[in-house]
Amino acid sequence: MRLHTRFHRTAALVAGLGLALSGLAACGDAGDGDAETVDVEVEEDAADAFDDGTRMKELAESGEITIGVKFDQPGIGFKGATDDMPTGIDPEIGKILAASLGIAPEDITWKETISDNREPYLIDGEVDLVLASYSITPERREVVGQAGPYYVTGQQLLVASDSDIDSLDDVKGTEVCSVTGSTSLENIEAEGAEPRGFDTYSECVDQVLSGAVDAMTTDGAILLGYAAENPDELKVVVDPFSEERYGVGYSLDHPEMCQWIVDTLTEAQDGDAYDAAFEATLGQSGVDTPEAPEMDACPE
Amino acid sequence: MDDVFSSFDLVLRAFWLTLQLLVLSGVASLLLGTLLAALRVGPVKVLNRLGTLYVSVVRNTPLLVMFIFVFIASPTLDLFVGTPFLVKGVIALTIYTSAFVCEAVRSGINSVSLGQAEAARAIGLTFGGTMREVILPQAFRATVPPLASVLIALAKNTSVAAAFGLMEATARMRFFTNNNANDRVLIFLTFAIGYIIIVEVMSAGAYSFERRWRVAR
Repeated sequence: MRLHTRFHRTAALVAGLGLALSGLAACGDAGDGDAETVDVEVEEDAADAFDDGTRMKELAESGEITIGVKFDQPGIGFKGATDDMPTGIDPEIGKILAASLGIAPEDITWKETISDNREPYLIDGEVDLVLASYSITPERREVVGQAGPYYVTGQQLLVASDSDIDSLDDVKGTEVCSVTGSTSLENIEAEGAEPRGFDTYSECVDQVLSGAVDAMTTDGAILLGYAAENPDELKVVVDPFSEERYGVGYSLDHPEMCQWIVDTLTEAQDGDAYDAAFEATLGQSGVDTPEAPEMDACPE
Repeated sequence: MDDVFSSFDLVLRAFWLTLQLLVLSGVASLLLGTLLAALRVGPVKVLNRLGTLYVSVVRNTPLLVMFIFVFIASPTLDLFVGTPFLVKGVIALTIYTSAFVCEAVRSGINSVSLGQAEAARAIGLTFGGTMREVILPQAFRATVPPLASVLIALAKNTSVAAAFGLMEATARMRFFTNNNANDRVLIFLTFAIGYIIIVEVMSAGAYSFERRWRVAR
C-alpha cells in the first residue's frame, strides 16, 4: 500500500513536470506564430496614451482577456451546449482583437452576455470587451464605450414558406415574435404588429414553425441562418427596414481602448482577416461579404 | 427616463395585461383549487388519489417548466396552436397556482373541527351540502391569510409570461431598459412600484375580508 502511494506520487510528479514542459513549449509556439506584429502595436499605443499603463498593455501582459458574446444567435455568436468555443462573426472579431494583444484564441475567456447585462458587465469589469450584436446607440454611448461599427445589418422577417406576408405593410395586426426587450421587437411594434417576446431566438423560430405566430423578426443575418436550417418550411422576406450598426463595447474607464479597436479592425479590413471571418460565419448562409463599414471616429 | 414618461400609456397598458393575467388566472385557480381540495377531502378514494397526484406533480414542477410546456412543447403536439397568447398564459398560471390554492383551502377545511361535519351529517345533509353550507364557509375564513399569500405570489408570477410572448409589465420594462441603458435603475424602480401597488391593494383587500369575517364569527 505504501509502495503504491509512493509510486503514485512519483508518477504524478513526472506527469506534472511533463505538463509544465509541454505548457512552456506551447507558449513558445504561440509567441512565434501570430504574435509578432502584435507586441509592437501594444508598445506604440502605450507610448501614445497619456496614462502610463494602458488597459491594452495590462491585458497583453496578463495574456488573458474576457470577451462577452451572445450564445444563442447562429452566425453572430452561438455556442451549443457541447461546444468548447462560440462561433460566429462576433467571436471571430474578438479573436482578431485578442491576437493583436498577443493573446491566442485558447486563452480568451468567453462569457455569455444577454442584451440586459452588457452594460453592467462592462462597467463592473466582468468582461473586457463586449461583442454581442451590440448595436451602437447614443444612449448606450453615454454609459459605455462603443467602437466600430464592424458590421452593419438590417431587420427583416422570417415567415413560413406558404405565408402571405410579403411586404412590411402586411405585418399590421399580425403576431410577430422576437426576443423580449430587443430593438427588433420595438421596431415591429411601431409597424403595427402585435409584439411577442420570447427568451431566445430558437424558441421564437419554434413559434413560427408551429404557426403560433405569423412571423419572426430580427437582424437579417440571424434569420438567414434559420432559413438555411429549414429551407422547406421557412423563408426570409422584406427588404431590411432598419439599420443596426454592431460595435465593440468597452468600459469608459479605459477610453484608450477605442482607438486600438478601430485601428486593429481597420487593419483587419484592409487585409483579408475580416473577409475570412465573415465568410467562415455569416457567409455560410449565402450572404455576400459586405463592403467593410466605415468606422466612427473615437471620442475626444 | 423621459422615454418612459412620454410613453407612459405603454406602461399602463403593460400593467393592464398583468392585471388581466392576475385576475383571470386568480379566479380560475380559486375555482379549480377549491374543486381539487374537495376531491382531496371527499369520501371517494379514487378522487382523493387523483387530487393528491395533481398536487404532487404540479406543486413540484417549476412555473417556468409549466410555461414551456404550454407555449413551447404543446404546439409541437398540435395542442393550443390557435389559442390566443393571453389564454395560454392564463392556462399555465392556473395549472400551477391551483395546486397551491388546493392546499391552502385544504388546510382551512382541516381547521374546521370534525364535530361540525358530524353534526351536519346528523341533520341529513349530503356530502355536498355539508361542504357548501357548513364546512366551506368556516374554512374560507381560516383560508384568507394563506390564500392571500398564494394570490400575491401569483401577481408576481405573472412576470414569467414576459418571456412567452406577452407584453406585460416585466416585458415592457425590458423594452425600456434595452433603449435606456443610462436610466436602468429608475426604470426598475418605476416598474417595481407598479407591482408594489398591485400587491398592496391585494393585501389590503385580504385584511378587510379577514376583519369582516372575524366579526361574523
